[in-house]
Amino acid sequence: MTRSQVKTDTDVQLDEAGKDGIRIYRFSGDWRCVSIHTAMPRLDELASEGGEAGEVDLSAITAMDTAGAWVIRRFMNRIGDVKLTSDKPRYVELLGALPEELPEPTADKKKFRSRFVRFFTPIGAAVMSAWEDTIAAMFILGSAVRGAQLKLGRHSGLSPAAIVNQIDRMGVQAVPIITLMSFLIGAIIAQQGAFQLRYFGAELFVVDLVGILQLREIGVLLTAIMIAGRSGSAITAEIGSMKMREEIDALKVMGLSPIGILVFPRLVALTVALPLLTIIANFSALTGAAVVTWSYSGITFATFLARLQEAVDFSSVLAGMIKAPFMALIIGVVAAVEGLKVGGSAESLGKHVTQSVVTSIFVVILVDGLFAIFYASIDF
Amino acid sequence: MEEVLPVEPRDDATASEESERGENGAEIVLSVQDLTVGFGSNIVLDKLNLDIYRGEILGFVGASGTGKSVLMRTVLRLLPRRSGSIKILGVEYDAVSEEERMALDMRLGVLFQHGALFSALTVKENIQVPMREYLNLPQDLMDELARLKIDMVGLAPEAADKFPSELSGGMIKRAALARALALDPDLVFLDEPTSGLDPIGAAEFDNLIAKLRDTLGLTVYMVTHDLDSLFSVCDRIAVLGQKRVLVEGTIEDMLACDDEWVTSYFQGKRARSIVRDDDKKAS
Repeated sequence: MTRSQVKTDTDVQLDEAGKDGIRIYRFSGDWRCVSIHTAMPRLDELASEGGEAGEVDLSAITAMDTAGAWVIRRFMNRIGDVKLTSDKPRYVELLGALPEELPEPTADKKKFRSRFVRFFTPIGAAVMSAWEDTIAAMFILGSAVRGAQLKLGRHSGLSPAAIVNQIDRMGVQAVPIITLMSFLIGAIIAQQGAFQLRYFGAELFVVDLVGILQLREIGVLLTAIMIAGRSGSAITAEIGSMKMREEIDALKVMGLSPIGILVFPRLVALTVALPLLTIIANFSALTGAAVVTWSYSGITFATFLARLQEAVDFSSVLAGMIKAPFMALIIGVVAAVEGLKVGGSAESLGKHVTQSVVTSIFVVILVDGLFAIFYASIDF
Repeated sequence: MEEVLPVEPRDDATASEESERGENGAEIVLSVQDLTVGFGSNIVLDKLNLDIYRGEILGFVGASGTGKSVLMRTVLRLLPRRSGSIKILGVEYDAVSEEERMALDMRLGVLFQHGALFSALTVKENIQVPMREYLNLPQDLMDELARLKIDMVGLAPEAADKFPSELSGGMIKRAALARALALDPDLVFLDEPTSGLDPIGAAEFDNLIAKLRDTLGLTVYMVTHDLDSLFSVCDRIAVLGQKRVLVEGTIEDMLACDDEWVTSYFQGKRARSIVRDDDKKAS
């Protein structure tokens, strides 16, 4: 029903028959915010006709609110010198209560900025903010290494309950989705690999392909991406909304370190959970691959396992697993940095949660690439 | 979709026919009959009755946890009720069509305790949200009306383009009041409007509400604990206790009441100093 047509009797008539040729504007009907739009064109028309001194008669008005009063006041300002008459003093009073002119804000002088400045300002700002983010990330990482919190007191600040709780939320509760995702990934790689290798009569080597790819790269990478989306966003949203409600400030004035209390348990939990989830992901993916190679290529489980044992050595497993804690730290630190950057509005919270997930996934992939280069150059 | 909606004229002389009249002949704007509200086995309000007349400022008090907020939220239909009827402007909300409900919503304004301004919008845009949704006005007129409301509630014109996070507590209350008044409602609900304001700011706010009542003919339902507000601007006071309206009437009735809580509230140390000041002024 919004903006629907409202049937009203809002009207204004120009009466020039008054004595001495005075123009009388007779306002009538309903002058409330719901109906004034119907009379706006008519008012504009009358105002543009102009005319000298006139009289505004409100006697026939049946209802009026501030919006209506303001429209009439505006009309009176436009036609100039007018007298107000009405047999309903209430409306005259309402009109009189409005200011003649709206106070103008004292505008800040807009500084002139050349095109050069306007072009390079955002780039400079982006570089500066990237640098500040790096410093903030280093600060959080350093605080976490330095210890759970900086206060002196009875407790060491390490709270096992908080860490276990976070491991439950970020690790244990993520097991079903990680298992399912990895099972499908393993199955898909095996199916595609088998299909392509069949032309070379080398179908058995699909086991090598899946084993090495999953253990070295895909397992840890996809698990980290899933956790960045699942837990990184949660960390940013939690810390961000606590920041919005001044809970972070409350911790600070109690002499507690927000990083120690909020970030440290989450970082520890992620660093413990992500390698464990990676192991589960690897087992699940290999199971998926075994099922597909058996049903699709007729490779039995015994053959699959024997081939896997030959193809995969301990360094392959290790190469993947070493990366997991680093990825966990990246996700946790990026999420905490973004969470602490949240400002006053709900929009800012949304922006930083998005930013947290995007940045951590990007950095995770970047770091994975750096590891690949490193492993290649040391022949690991 | 163009529906034709009859608009009742809102002149005092020709008040809508369906609206009821109280004993003293004044139009009843909000009528609550036998309202029962509860959560689980906990009954918060039990067969509560309350009437508010046009053009009055009703102050609503009660000890913490007696259900002041629950009553206000139930009247605003944010909470479900067990039984009873709530008539706003003579209309039973549940009994009318979707269109009429919307027309009814337009005639209510609410100032939430913490402002509840939309944090992603500036003050001006906040005030324009209801205008945009319900009215068919050109943007320049909406801008002027928003600035008019900002001026009416006593905010500086510079506040128009600020975001809620840039405002002080008192400015947030004023901006929220401006939004509540955006459509010139008949009935305004104020939830602790002066809490968190300094005494001077609170007194200004009280005067503002009284002035708006006088010029716009507002009816005000005000939940408050501010004794100064109760003594200075409220025409009538209702006390909530024991799951119903314990006593209602003018400030004199409150002072004459012999209920223990009411006595300690209105004749405690803090209240006595205000009464004494009034006496001094009178003499």
